[in-house]
Amino acid sequence: MTADVDLTPARMLRGEHVFRVVSKLNTDILVGYCWCGESHESEDPITLWTWLLEHPDGHSSGSGGGPPTAGRPQVLEPA
Amino acid sequence: MPSWPRNQWYVAAYSAEVTGELMARTICAEPMVFYRTSDGEAVALADRCVHRRFPLSKSHLVDDNVICGYHGFTYDRTGTCLAAPGQKRIPRTARVPAFHLVEQDSLVWVWIGEQERADESTIPRAPWLDSPEYTTVRGLEPLKARYGLLVDNLMDLSHETYLHGGYIGTPEVAETPITTEVDDEAQVIYVSRHMDDAACPPFYATSTGIEGRITRWQDIEYHPPCLYLLHSRVAPVGTPDPTEDGRDEPAFHVEVVYAITPETEHSTHDFWMVARDFALEDQGVSDFLAESNRTVVLQDVEALDVLEVVVEGEKDHYQELSINIDTGGLAARRIIARQLTQGEAVTA
Repeated sequence: MTADVDLTPARMLRGEHVFRVVSKLNTDILVGYCWCGESHESEDPITLWTWLLEHPDGHSSGSGGGPPTAGRPQVLEPA
Repeated sequence: MPSWPRNQWYVAAYSAEVTGELMARTICAEPMVFYRTSDGEAVALADRCVHRRFPLSKSHLVDDNVICGYHGFTYDRTGTCLAAPGQKRIPRTARVPAFHLVEQDSLVWVWIGEQERADESTIPRAPWLDSPEYTTVRGLEPLKARYGLLVDNLMDLSHETYLHGGYIGTPEVAETPITTEVDDEAQVIYVSRHMDDAACPPFYATSTGIEGRITRWQDIEYHPPCLYLLHSRVAPVGTPDPTEDGRDEPAFHVEVVYAITPETEHSTHDFWMVARDFALEDQGVSDFLAESNRTVVLQDVEALDVLEVVVEGEKDHYQELSINIDTGGLAARRIIARQLTQGEAVTA
């Protein structure tokens, strides 16, 4: 993880296998994280989704590290 | 093959719409008739008499049974024919399809697909809509556009700045990057746009009474194909973030809910709801939010009706351009495409 990636807002979905795409600060670059923790950068969301979807080939089904999160629960109930 | 996923739940109506009167509505190209029995059960039947296809919605409801207004075939709430005119024998095939129906969170959900596969536990929730801690206004607008255009519209809220200026759009919406999350297994997409210091659009300034700039959070939670939730949090700049246990009393919360239900390949039911956790008894706020949100929805309807004509008339394989703001919309399209394949695989 690099400091120039904006991790806010905190991760919201709590599933085991969640893909996450964030913006690199002050750039037009997107950073995509696979649930295993691997990441990839692109300026094109289609290219990035393609990478994310093809990347899991060969993954074990166990939980990965994933990007750092603040652990805020998914909002499904009235606040 | 339809352009929407089969073997899925779709919102067909608001619970309050289904009464002791027969009501016609087409859901996913299925003409249906809805009514509520005397013991309170909501019913959805195919809106065609099995005899000569006369719409049952233009017939008569007597003692919880529908009597066809053409020749008098009589059906009960399960679609079973109880009486045929001029004879005692009821033909074995005299039955109209009944749709699996669930009422939840003030919404009427119907299962489109193989009825025996309906699983109520998979219906996504919107608990604010009938919670005593929230006040909800709602409406339904007809859209002369394919449902995918409304999905695209709602998944990218940067259009608020340009299409809805003066209501909900401010420059910060389009300027603020989004964060997108996708859970393939749960089939949910989450798109967050958190604005730390933004102008307060009239929609929120008038309803909350906030003067000055705000922290504005937009968190989209889309459960394809039908249910779209926008968790909106607004608070004066400087208001503390929610606590770890989720308490957030100083902020105002608005849950904007859409049910995106295909009517035909080129038309969509645009159900919209706005639930708030403040000014619960204030009818003036209710009236303002209802009028404002309906105006916003009609701005979308006008734009998407135009877009439908354009898309329908364009050459095959038109090459779109997608940029960063489309990250969530692209994820939604991908999940819907997979649901389409899975829904057909079940049917095959």
